[in-house]
Amino acid sequence: MGQLVTTALKLGGSNIELVGFDETREPFIILLSSAAQLPQALRSQRAYLLRSEPIPPVFALYVVLDRDRALLKRIPAESRAVVIPDDYDYLADGDIVRINSNRHSIRVLYRKQSRHNAILVTERCNHYCLMCSQPPRDIDDSWIVPETLAAIPLMDRETESLTITGGEPTLLGEDLLRILRASKNWLPSTSMHILSNGRRFADERFARQYAGVAHPDLMVGIPIYSDLSTIHDYVVQSDGAFDETLRGILNLKRYGQRVEVRVVLHKQTYERLPQLAEFIARNLLFVDHVALMGLEMTGFTKANLNELWIDPYDYQPQLRAAVHLLDAYQMNVSIYNHQLCVLDPLLWRFARKSISDWKNEYMPECEACVKQTECGGFFSSAKVRYSEHIQPFIK
Amino acid sequence: MASKFRSLDSYEATISYGYRLLPFKFTALDESEYALTNYVGQVTLLDLDTLANFVHHTLPSNSEAYKALKSRHFLLDSDSDVAIDLLGLKMRTRLARLKEFTSLHMFVVSLRCEHSCPYCQVSRQSDDRKAFDMSTATADKALGLVFRSPSSSIKIEFQGGEPMLNFELVQYIVERAEAINRTEHRDLQFVIATNLAMVTDDILTFCKDHEILISTSLDGPPDLHNQNRPRSGRNSYEKAVEGIQRARDALGRDRVSALMTTTQASLSRGREIIDEYLRLGFEGIFLRPLSPYGFAIKTRTYAAYDTDQWLTFYFDGLDYIMELNRGGVPFREHYAAIILGKMLTPFGTGYVDLRSPAGIGVAAIVYNYDGDVYASDESRMLAEMGDKTFRIGNVHENSWEEIMTSDSLLTPLAESFAESAPMCSDCAFEPFCGADPVFHHATQGDYLGHKPTSAFCRRNMAIFRRLIIMLRDDESARSIFLQWANS
Repeated sequence: MGQLVTTALKLGGSNIELVGFDETREPFIILLSSAAQLPQALRSQRAYLLRSEPIPPVFALYVVLDRDRALLKRIPAESRAVVIPDDYDYLADGDIVRINSNRHSIRVLYRKQSRHNAILVTERCNHYCLMCSQPPRDIDDSWIVPETLAAIPLMDRETESLTITGGEPTLLGEDLLRILRASKNWLPSTSMHILSNGRRFADERFARQYAGVAHPDLMVGIPIYSDLSTIHDYVVQSDGAFDETLRGILNLKRYGQRVEVRVVLHKQTYERLPQLAEFIARNLLFVDHVALMGLEMTGFTKANLNELWIDPYDYQPQLRAAVHLLDAYQMNVSIYNHQLCVLDPLLWRFARKSISDWKNEYMPECEACVKQTECGGFFSSAKVRYSEHIQPFIK
Repeated sequence: MASKFRSLDSYEATISYGYRLLPFKFTALDESEYALTNYVGQVTLLDLDTLANFVHHTLPSNSEAYKALKSRHFLLDSDSDVAIDLLGLKMRTRLARLKEFTSLHMFVVSLRCEHSCPYCQVSRQSDDRKAFDMSTATADKALGLVFRSPSSSIKIEFQGGEPMLNFELVQYIVERAEAINRTEHRDLQFVIATNLAMVTDDILTFCKDHEILISTSLDGPPDLHNQNRPRSGRNSYEKAVEGIQRARDALGRDRVSALMTTTQASLSRGREIIDEYLRLGFEGIFLRPLSPYGFAIKTRTYAAYDTDQWLTFYFDGLDYIMELNRGGVPFREHYAAIILGKMLTPFGTGYVDLRSPAGIGVAAIVYNYDGDVYASDESRMLAEMGDKTFRIGNVHENSWEEIMTSDSLLTPLAESFAESAPMCSDCAFEPFCGADPVFHHATQGDYLGHKPTSAFCRRNMAIFRRLIIMLRDDESARSIFLQWANS
């Protein structure tokens, strides 16, 4: 934890090799272990990360990197194994993966050593945001809920934080509440963060039920992209979104729930950022956090690049005005996903290293930079387009 | 753009059906602009043509004015009506204090004082303790009323005269209140309003043990202070400054505050007065006007200068304070800070004179030395001049219910409600203002008052205008004012 990750991680793919499998088997999730001395009682539920000999008998599954495939010959007879690409050599004890034998695929659901674990609980969404990094799919993915409910008890109880994301998690309704109750019961000291558009909470009954979970450390991050309904609705591509999202936030706060307002900065949102800050200070002073976020160059962003791209260097005046206003109102405000060299130094104290480790990178310009450890760096997708003002700090 | 996305124009198309006006008021700000305010104190400035277009429903939805008015909840269009929910929430927030009524309880523990300030409203030079000190029996009855207030926080302020001349009773009340609070669990605080001339180590030890705040008087440089506040020895200033330092040493710097009173002699010396506060390490000053009560009227001190002279003094002081801040010395003017809080934040104020309904009785209440209950500090000052209009009961004769529902309290409250008062109801500055029925009764013989000739109205209107113009024209003032409004 905390070490500088300079390349993104591969979290899933469909090129794994199966040994000893009945291929019609349902996809399953399994907890990884690197403990050769694990009691037999536990081995039958775990997958062993096989890196070298000796090979302990008999685990439910052996996970072997491609480069170690010679070890396959030595695993106990009748046992099952998967061979996965060397990209996954970061996998470690306590991680959780999903194996789909039909599709020869693996997905890393949870990494014990990471502070950026996120569970995607649905790909469905009632928004169609211009800059969506996870374009929604109108499919029946209800199988994710039971899988999530099965995975949560396997997670390390010391897990610092866990994000619930989508799609739009609240579309799950009661199922989302089940996931939250499971998190509360199995991971009582884990900080939970839900990324939602907040609209479902406009239904006061749902907001009340959500509050009824009484999770000890739960926050919901909800985007507001403008002080004007038309611009917000345009950015999320949904009429009526602005009103419903605000009513959702009001209901959440009515029931004492913690709310974060998230604003993604791009060509459609930066101009009225100071006005949005005033709107938040006058109307939503009670929200717990405001995060002003740089654009991620993935998903729909790439399709809408002309409508969205503005060099972050060029919106510093608006960003500075907004942050100073929110800060003057003693609101808790952060800047996410920005490189220090494009940020006004007056704003550095608000900048957080926010990009999830698995998609966090630095550019060639950063090599000589002495502030790299303090800097949030880039999304790995930033190669598509990034600021022309990136320059290393040299001592 | 990829075709599966709709354009911004298509989301703005719904606006073409027009817009409705939300409640707002407007007043000319200066030669060029009008100030518009909504019910919850948000401001938008427009020139006359734009204002006319707005009112005539001809303001184009793509204009900056339209966007500002929509964002600040002056209009509704068919695209969004969540403004109604938000306005309701903001209105409830501004008025939230009302359900916490009467949090400040003032005990006049003695009318006696060793100062003889010509502007003083009430004090007596006397050794007759029986005649001018509060009795234990009266204090007990008053304490019973204090804890009938539904407020979750209660502040007991000791007033005089000079409360330290009857410190045994202060001690008695503090200890009794703490004992009662062991079962009441209110957020209980004490403050002593004192000239500090009589302070002793024993008194400070008691204040420390019971976390009592000190509020003292400081009128400015030595000659001005001693001229304003005579006592035998002509050493009021020296005593106050020494007392402030001792109290800070004993209690902590943030537990000692000072108030100044403006007299004719102060008017030309605003910057010196501010410098005095700076020099003594205060982080702000409350540039106060003189109030028309007590000896101030009798000795013609109040009439000695008019509102415009005071405003010149005030604005010069404010300009100087802005210079200090721009030069990197944070320093606040507390009256401006209270008004800016009402302009720039969703909150109302606890400051008695700028509340509507008025603060009398419901923000603060006074238990006089003789057991009479008054609706405010000014009310009992008026009573000392022979006008007991705002006497709302007596601790020995009346219950809490009788006091809080007395006609002498409810009538002035109802009649002075600023939102519906003639002229106030049309004034764009009303959301920043308040109702002061005691002032208007004292100066005009009427709870509501006649606004064109009201010194209260003239003074506050001028300050509101000045602050709004500074917010508009001066970026550094805007940044400083934001800090004041939120502290």
